[in-house]
Amino acid sequence: MAGNALRSAIVNLLRKWRLSINGQDKFKAKEVLRVAAALKKDTRMFSSGMQTVTLIPGDGIGPEISTAVMKIFEAAKVPIQWEERNITAIKGPGGKWVIPSDAKESMDRNKMGLKGPLKTPIAAGHPSMNLLLRKTFDLYANVRPCVSMEGYETPYADVNLVTIRENTEGEYSGIEHVIVDGVVQSIKLITERASKRIAEYAFEYARNNKRASVTAVHKANIMRMSDGLFLRTCREAAEKYKDIKFTEMYLDTVCLNMVQDPSQFDVLVMPNLYGDILSDLCAGLIGGLGVTPSGNIGANGVAIFESVHGTAPDIAGKDLANPTALLLSAVMMLRHMGLHDHARRIQTACFNTIRDKKALTGDLGGSSKCSEFTEAICQQLGYIE
Amino acid sequence: MTVPPVSSLITALKPLFGNLLSRACGSALCHRRHNSTYAARPIIPPPAQYGGRHTVTLIPGDGIGPELANHVQELFRFCCVPVDFEVVHVDSSMASEDDINNAIMAIRRNGVALKGNLETNHNLPPSHISRNNLLRTTLDLYANVMHCRSLPGVLTRHHNIDILIIRENTEGEYSSLEHENVPGVVECLKIITRSKSLRIADYAFKMAREKGRGQVTAVHKANIMKLGDGLFLECCQEVASRYPEIAFDSMIVDNTTMQLVSRPQQFDVMLMPNLYGNVVSNVCAGLVGGPGLVPGANYGEDYAVFEMGTRNTGKSLANRNAANPTAMLLASCLLLDHLKLHAYASMIRRAILSTVTETRLHTEDLGGQGSTSEVVQSIMKTIQSNGPLTVSK
Repeated sequence: MAGNALRSAIVNLLRKWRLSINGQDKFKAKEVLRVAAALKKDTRMFSSGMQTVTLIPGDGIGPEISTAVMKIFEAAKVPIQWEERNITAIKGPGGKWVIPSDAKESMDRNKMGLKGPLKTPIAAGHPSMNLLLRKTFDLYANVRPCVSMEGYETPYADVNLVTIRENTEGEYSGIEHVIVDGVVQSIKLITERASKRIAEYAFEYARNNKRASVTAVHKANIMRMSDGLFLRTCREAAEKYKDIKFTEMYLDTVCLNMVQDPSQFDVLVMPNLYGDILSDLCAGLIGGLGVTPSGNIGANGVAIFESVHGTAPDIAGKDLANPTALLLSAVMMLRHMGLHDHARRIQTACFNTIRDKKALTGDLGGSSKCSEFTEAICQQLGYIE
Repeated sequence: MTVPPVSSLITALKPLFGNLLSRACGSALCHRRHNSTYAARPIIPPPAQYGGRHTVTLIPGDGIGPELANHVQELFRFCCVPVDFEVVHVDSSMASEDDINNAIMAIRRNGVALKGNLETNHNLPPSHISRNNLLRTTLDLYANVMHCRSLPGVLTRHHNIDILIIRENTEGEYSSLEHENVPGVVECLKIITRSKSLRIADYAFKMAREKGRGQVTAVHKANIMKLGDGLFLECCQEVASRYPEIAFDSMIVDNTTMQLVSRPQQFDVMLMPNLYGNVVSNVCAGLVGGPGLVPGANYGEDYAVFEMGTRNTGKSLANRNAANPTAMLLASCLLLDHLKLHAYASMIRRAILSTVTETRLHTEDLGGQGSTSEVVQSIMKTIQSNGPLTVSK
């Protein structure tokens, strides 16, 4: 659990047990210690010790951008040590495709992961690596914060929103049948359990990151039962988080307003397909997949942060890659872990470097190498408090 | 009496009885039309006229619909357009489907309609289907066509956009087939059929050819929905092979939205199933200036219904004289083009587009403070100064 989440969890438990913090009522220090101890057993307490994070460099440009991120983290003196693992698809007992056991064991132990781009070979016989990871760790929420970057101009200068997408079911359930020749049926599955989980995560995220409102995106006028169920669970979750404003909006209205005035949106929560389309739309608003961070939250506290761009095999190994996406995903990871100060410093260094425009990689409009860009960020870190 | 002898009889007797006979025997021809399969080229009848005037069904709808419908009628009266409107009110909150069935009957009678959006309360049970959807599927209005063009005088982030969006309008995710087998688990069916996909693809390519467009892009998600969107893509490729002069490519929907907000000028004609069409048409409408500027048309084999492109009810703008009438008025121009009243259509369209460039008349949605009636007045004044004789006020 993140630092903020831990704090809010303690406060909630105290509220539940009718103890208050301000000292007006009876305030049993013993009770607080008991709460803290109980939570310590289930969660990771992020103290000043070194934390281990599983690093999956990936393919193509993956290794070089991972090296860049490791270098920047070292320069920023972040208390993290990396455990590198490789992810491939291997056939386990029973014929099911699984990831290597050492990778799985490492993730289960460390809970935090940072992943570079993985290539999906066509006709390899196994499902895509991302799908495999999703199924292995039950990564139910995909979070993509989209913030306009000063220095990398797009026509949209005032974007500051987060898309939270349900990642396990919906239109991507993969259940399709040919009913008769020429008629295909594709099933969109919406369950109350998954909707409840994503809705509660969205509100929890909004609270922990001090966001003001959550908007549920749906198409319940057409898909009455399925999106209706999703909407109902969101409304129920909203009841438990009265401090966060909850609104509902049709998918088409969101798309229409998003390209005209994206500043009106804050946190968006939605089922799988709409999430896929909208998160890529928002990534396009801020400059593309090369600068967009992304995080996948799973059950049992597992979280894997990744860059969503491709492996770019044409520039692999040539020191031309842009590590921004992976770096910002790593910053997202730091925030999730509660290391807000380090996150702020690294993010500011990154944005300052991009704003300075002196050492930008090719896709950002410059001509520097990846190592030069990394060096510039490390230098910037020295100037930031 | 079989059909061919009837039609030859009609042609023989036409000089004697004029149109009367064709209208009387028209229903027999209609019957043949409905039975034609996709393979046969349907006979599109000439627009029904009586005394030189057309009758068009007008469904005002909810929200800003009624006031915009009034403006359309006012403008047509002013320009002496030979169109009579048969107004059919549909109460979208009523549980019974009688109202919408009356409207559908009226459209079958007249063949053409102009409609405002009917609101759907999504908190009602699933038995209450969206009235708009019901209309589209019953009349088999299989093609939704929206032309998004950058207009001079409208401030947008992107320029030189000219995209023709053709969206399958009757199947896909909008099949309204849902069930709950186990409490808490809902399944919604998305249906893609070969015949409808071929039909819409053929429509798109035909339209691209007619309008001299060079490229058609199919939007899909076949990497995930391999069978469903895979079938759609396959049908598009099959039809594309019959139009070698038009370039065909395909793009995945999430990449499409990303490209649309960064470089929309790369797109020419876009062809897609129902839901992606909803997303892409709204994104494109937003890119060219908003829902108040883009008209939409729904074409079927026998009927055509015109409306605002993004199908909004505009509840917040209702009755405030603040809605932008451009989209509805441009939709009425599309209607006039369909009725082959091209002179009236171009005259009104020219006037509308010249008014849109006047920034001081921009309505709220374009960032101005003009009112709906001011815009309509300006259009009428432009027509009066340029066009033929109009009704003097």
